[in-house]
Amino acid sequence: MSVAARFALAWPGFTLDVDLDLPGRGVTALFGQSGCGKTTLLRCMAGLERGSGRLAVNGETWQDEASFMPIHRRALGYVFQDARLFAHLDVRRNLDYGRRRAFRRAASADSSRRDAIIDLLGLGPLLERMPERLSGGEQQRVAIARALLTAPRLLLMDEPLASLDHARKQEFLPWLERLREELDIPLIYVSHAPDEVARLADHIVVMDAGRAVAQGPLAETLARIDLPIRLGEDAGAVFAARVAERDAEWHLARVEFAGGELWVRDNGTPVGREVRVRILARDVSIANSRHDDVSILNLLPATVEADAAEDHPSQVLVQLRVGETLLLGRLTRRSAQRLDLAPGRQVWVQIKAVALVG
Amino acid sequence: MRPLLLALLFVTALARADEVQVAVAANFTAPARQLALDFEKETGHKAVLAFGATGKFYAQIRNGAPFEVLLAADDETPAKLEKEGAAINGTRFTYAVGRLALWSAKAGYVDDKGEVLRRNEFRHLALANPRLAPYGAAAVEALTALKLLDANRPNFVQAENIAQAHQFVASGNAELGFVALSQVMKDGRLGEGSAWVVPASLHQTIRQDAVLLAKGRGRAAAEAWLSFLKGERARAVIRGYGYEI
Amino acid sequence: MFSPSDLAAIWLTLKLATVTTLLLLLIGTPIAWRLARTRSWWKGPLAAVVAMPLVLPPTVLGFYLLLLMGPNGPVGRFTEWIGIGLLPFSFGGLVVASVVYSLPFVVQPLQNAFEAIGERPLEAAATLRASPLDAFFSVAVPLARPGFLTATILGFAHTVGEFGIVLMIGGNIPDKTRVVSVQIYDHVEAMDYAAAHGLAAGMVAFAFLVLLALYLLNSRGRKS
Repeated sequence: MSVAARFALAWPGFTLDVDLDLPGRGVTALFGQSGCGKTTLLRCMAGLERGSGRLAVNGETWQDEASFMPIHRRALGYVFQDARLFAHLDVRRNLDYGRRRAFRRAASADSSRRDAIIDLLGLGPLLERMPERLSGGEQQRVAIARALLTAPRLLLMDEPLASLDHARKQEFLPWLERLREELDIPLIYVSHAPDEVARLADHIVVMDAGRAVAQGPLAETLARIDLPIRLGEDAGAVFAARVAERDAEWHLARVEFAGGELWVRDNGTPVGREVRVRILARDVSIANSRHDDVSILNLLPATVEADAAEDHPSQVLVQLRVGETLLLGRLTRRSAQRLDLAPGRQVWVQIKAVALVG
Repeated sequence: MRPLLLALLFVTALARADEVQVAVAANFTAPARQLALDFEKETGHKAVLAFGATGKFYAQIRNGAPFEVLLAADDETPAKLEKEGAAINGTRFTYAVGRLALWSAKAGYVDDKGEVLRRNEFRHLALANPRLAPYGAAAVEALTALKLLDANRPNFVQAENIAQAHQFVASGNAELGFVALSQVMKDGRLGEGSAWVVPASLHQTIRQDAVLLAKGRGRAAAEAWLSFLKGERARAVIRGYGYEI
Repeated sequence: MFSPSDLAAIWLTLKLATVTTLLLLLIGTPIAWRLARTRSWWKGPLAAVVAMPLVLPPTVLGFYLLLLMGPNGPVGRFTEWIGIGLLPFSFGGLVVASVVYSLPFVVQPLQNAFEAIGERPLEAAATLRASPLDAFFSVAVPLARPGFLTATILGFAHTVGEFGIVLMIGGNIPDKTRVVSVQIYDHVEAMDYAAAHGLAAGMVAFAFLVLLALYLLNSRGRKS
């Protein structure tokens, strides 16, 4: 099961040339700076742009050299940056628009599924409203439900959070996380925001200038130090962990991951639950020996795997292995030299901040 | 547009003292052009011609248009202008008598006795609006005299003026129509198609009068133009275009 | 207040405007749709042709229509060949002329409305399984409703107010081509000012009401 996408398209000043084999389930992030071609690639997959190439979704060919399935025949759901609800229809009719057309012959057959999706995205109270009376986040929830109600075999989202302010984003992300858990079809998610990607994606394709410059499972790919694009302040590792203990006295939770454990702020996640942990490179410092006389809570033994120059000549990025997990740490070149950091060297990492990202 | 044109005419009139500004009834367009050429050759004066509907000229003259002479399509308008003081008393005279013709653009369609009206085998008979145009009124009078008015009325297509009536027939949209003989005469002969010159006894005389307007008082060129029109050389030209005089 | 011939002219005018407006919507909608969405080279020429009646004097249009629809014109030959005879001096001829003359007044508001809608809702409709035709009727037309209203009102009103072309190709036939504007002209030219006033004042009131309705519709459309 996979999504095989090969597209080539040339416009004045821009060329798209990608050949991807993406997982047939889970969330794949198309990640890159604006102008890198990620939205264009998504539009090619939908048929909204006519790139030459081939697209097969879990075995069904939507496009190849000889054929082009029109957009409205592709079993896809598309969520635009601007929700694009139909201004002349209320929420209920917006939701019904695609559903009626997708289930022309079996309209009644899926009413329980319809209710489930309305429930999942919390749209019950909004059904009679006109789009103009919805907040940006509400509009995007309706847009997602509208797309899901067509029972797509591929879900495409183009920066659905980009038009929302920070507060709305925080309010909206949990809906997306719930959706990710429920979803049994591939979701391709375009974003330029590393925190969204860290939170939502299982798989990532890093794009630059119309090409896919890196791709792979999220943890592995984000921990690479040879990525052709620089993430700067957003460089960091994301990996899976499990809540092992909650300390009521200090309001801290202990999470275990492949290679060790971390103490993090207790955000109420029950013991035994899988969580995602994100550690930014700037929050990792390195010592040659264990120091217990510092304020930092999380100290882990690690092995230096590799290092790479950063944009600014004073900085280096160091890849560290803690058990089976890779971390990134950023420090000055001068410190790196003083500590004599070289691949294979055993060090202690001090982690200033750990974020649970869902 | 029109005020601008008039203003322009006015300015040139001031600049060139040997010009005369003449308002000419549309049906007299062709002979007036020829006459202006002859007039310039004979006197050295230049006649600047404006063509249009007599009723419109009347309104313009009453509102200060800079015409010095009016060649009307009827005899009522000059008389009215004279009475209202917009024209000079005693300068009015008939420069042409119009003849009505039943004309078709198709050769052989109209016979020389007008029997075609009796057969009534056409869809459209064009004429100028009798309520507005002397030639239209004359056409209705002629049909009444022939006792053919009721038979032909359903086929009427009415034009705003005699020029448009000619256009309806010339374009073939009306098979035939009543026009001014002057419109279809060229060099003393019928230009194209077929025509019946309606006997003058069947309708009131279509008298076309000229008059010297208030703006032309004491202007040598204007007076010269009027006396030129009365001369035998001019009358020969006018007759050549199918008018009587 | 109105003579029987005035009433006949009013009835004829309303009939002409109604038939013309319906035809204009049928013809103008696809033209406006193409103009709003194409980027092809022919967009400019087509837009110019459609807009020509805005700048050409009606007499020019009337003159050419008279020649085109006459027995020697291509349109005239065609209409005779299909057996409906010649169009000048007939109600059908007035309809054809009015459609040509009022076309920009219908196409332009529709084109503006379609352009304002843009690609976005239509792309959304396509991703929701709507074929292009389906999306046109279920999304573009309802969203362009204010444009359709404006186009209908302008097309109707402009046809009612048409004069020059009717004069050129109408032939002033009672019940067939003698519309209100021509009737007024006749009254005025014949110096029957009382009769002219009745009809002319009616036209002024009609024009005012139409434009007022348009203004109210537009301002309401903006608010909602």
